[in-house]
Amino acid sequence: MSETDTRTTEEMSRRPGRERGRDDGKFGRYGGQYVPEALMPAIEELADAYERYVLDNEDGFVDEFRERLADFGGRPTPLQRADRLSERYDTEVYLKREDLLHGGAHKLNNALGQVLLAKYMGKERIIAETGAGQHGTATAMAAAHLDMPCTIYMGERDINRQRPNVFRMKLNGSEVKPVTTGRGTLKEAISETMRDWAETVEDTHYVIGSIVGPHPFPVMVRDFQAIISEEAREQTIEQTGGLPTDVVACAGGGSNTMGTFADFVDDESVALRAVEAGGSTLDVDEEAGVAPNSASLYTGDEGVLHGARTKLLQDSDGQIMESHSISSGLDYAGVGPELAYLVDEGRVDPVAVDDDAALEGFHRLSNTEGIIPALETAHAFGYLEEHHEELGDRVVVNVSGRGDKDLDAAIEETDQRDVANAPDMSMFTGGM
Amino acid sequence: MANSEAVAAAFDDGPAYVPYLVVGDPDYESSKAYVEALDRGGADVIELGLPFSEPIAEGSTIQEALVRSLDAGMTPTRFFEFAEELDVDAALVCMTYYNLIYQYGEGEGPRPFVERAAAAGIQGLVVPDLPAEEADPLREACDDLGLDLVFIVAPTTRDDRLDRLMERVSGYVYVQARLGTTGARDDVSDQTTQSLDRLREYDVPKAVGFGISTGEHAERIVAGGADGIIVGSALVDIVAEGVAEDRSSAEVADRLEALSRELKAGAERGHRSRTEPVESA
Ligand SMILES: Cc1ncc(COP(=O)(O)O)c(C=O)c1O
Repeated sequence: MSETDTRTTEEMSRRPGRERGRDDGKFGRYGGQYVPEALMPAIEELADAYERYVLDNEDGFVDEFRERLADFGGRPTPLQRADRLSERYDTEVYLKREDLLHGGAHKLNNALGQVLLAKYMGKERIIAETGAGQHGTATAMAAAHLDMPCTIYMGERDINRQRPNVFRMKLNGSEVKPVTTGRGTLKEAISETMRDWAETVEDTHYVIGSIVGPHPFPVMVRDFQAIISEEAREQTIEQTGGLPTDVVACAGGGSNTMGTFADFVDDESVALRAVEAGGSTLDVDEEAGVAPNSASLYTGDEGVLHGARTKLLQDSDGQIMESHSISSGLDYAGVGPELAYLVDEGRVDPVAVDDDAALEGFHRLSNTEGIIPALETAHAFGYLEEHHEELGDRVVVNVSGRGDKDLDAAIEETDQRDVANAPDMSMFTGGM
Repeated sequence: MANSEAVAAAFDDGPAYVPYLVVGDPDYESSKAYVEALDRGGADVIELGLPFSEPIAEGSTIQEALVRSLDAGMTPTRFFEFAEELDVDAALVCMTYYNLIYQYGEGEGPRPFVERAAAAGIQGLVVPDLPAEEADPLREACDDLGLDLVFIVAPTTRDDRLDRLMERVSGYVYVQARLGTTGARDDVSDQTTQSLDRLREYDVPKAVGFGISTGEHAERIVAGGADGIIVGSALVDIVAEGVAEDRSSAEVADRLEALSRELKAGAERGHRSRTEPVESA
């Protein structure tokens, strides 16, 4: 590495706009380290490693990370003008194509970063939670690529709903452990992975799947995902001669969201729009402890979950609600503390898009642009359709993932509804 | 170092037996009978578990118990009523997660929960997901209202953190006997002895928990220098078995009382072997 290259790397990882939360994990009133004492030394060790390797590029960590993102991951991903959507909305619509990253979603940016960091830290084993299996498959790929043994915890109900992803993880050599406690979905899988970690901290790294959890996870995952905005910002300027007016991304835990927003936060002219899953309705059923959505930024309130203070879907006692969404990747009762903070500050605009609009968005991007998006991503396109009149004249939308994983769900959900822009599949159903 | 006289007294003469059960497991009335059985069996302090939907520090035994209790309708409001109705001599400590404390009642912060707990006769709190660094608002409310705030020390806790914890702890320190989550185990780990050695210089009662299930364990741990033993999963197992085998609550209560006597007697044997070194030779 030449002098210039090294300096560039450090400038990259210490970019302005990425200082929030770095030192103490606090984003205003949000963030923190609410974990059992047994885990405190592990997250302190991780915070130290984050500073040395990720921020200071010790032993050339950042250089190796970027090289592997290019060679193994296929970065940079393109920024593409969406011609039909631009015409439809009478505004310039640009797509950041994270669906073209290896694995088909933005998840690899984080998984590769963390597994590599674990290696630099001398850890010998990787564990991770997964909901739909997207983060699990990305972690399994990264672990195979870097030759690390890996165990993935997945709720039993999710295992039954997401068989292909279970196979993908196993094909990459990971062990998949079903979680049967509670309701058998993502939040139980996170709790179970934390339990494993409490027993194995000395030689194991926990690769968390979004910008959630105790410090330093939210800042570290953001920094790994911020490559999205780093590229998108340069690409927009290069292709259009200026900054976008709006940046749009879907938000579950918020890793693709914060990754897409990061380098635009200081550009005050750029509106940042986080699109959450509005599910079937924004109303909640307190009695049953169910929120038929996962709009924690839009409707949630402050509380402590999985190691951080953030916005949550909870009942009046503070019990966490079961969230729901047509897309399992957005189906989480919490959200990253940094996004909660940026929403309170008025910097990020949270919006909710319901299941129906998301499904329409899924079909629209598929049949107008030739890109089948993940159902998570489809929420961002549901938003465009509903709110394009409020947007400026240059909009960047993050295509966080491709929809191959969702074909069965999409066909089934389309079948149950009257979706105006869906293809007629009637002659195939029954046979499929 | 102690806010509650009742908790201090529990460690004053002889080793303290500190059992834990999930309140409302498997239902409100049986659970009351079970807690009272612990008291008859010699409990000095009773840790009452208030169930949270995401108990990240708990092993599967206690997690399942928390789910049974939640499914049967346990809430913070009912929990405090339960504590008020109990007829026990032991000091009561509430073990729960921070979000329930934080959300309770009107107004900001943890104070309303602590006020209600004090009114219900609760003498202390254990909050496994609240590290010392985040605990100041709760500690202040506890100090004002006379409750102890117990912290957990893990085998991985480094010395600099130990000082920070010990500055803030009151009542007793919960010495986690091994890495991992709660759950009954067969052996007593070396990590226990090491932890007790590290804590010797601090002037606060040391109660050891995680994995104690027999009188013999209790004896060895107290002989090794513990001032008290905390027993959770082994007792919760008895409740779970009662559910699985469809036992009457009277029978389950008897079993809880019997194991309590065994544990307490073990702790006392361990204590005697310390004060009368001739016997242990
Ligand atoms: C394609 C895709 N987009 C978005 C998400 C939501 O995650 P996050 O909000 O952390 O970006 C997921 C999660 O599985 C996903 O698979």
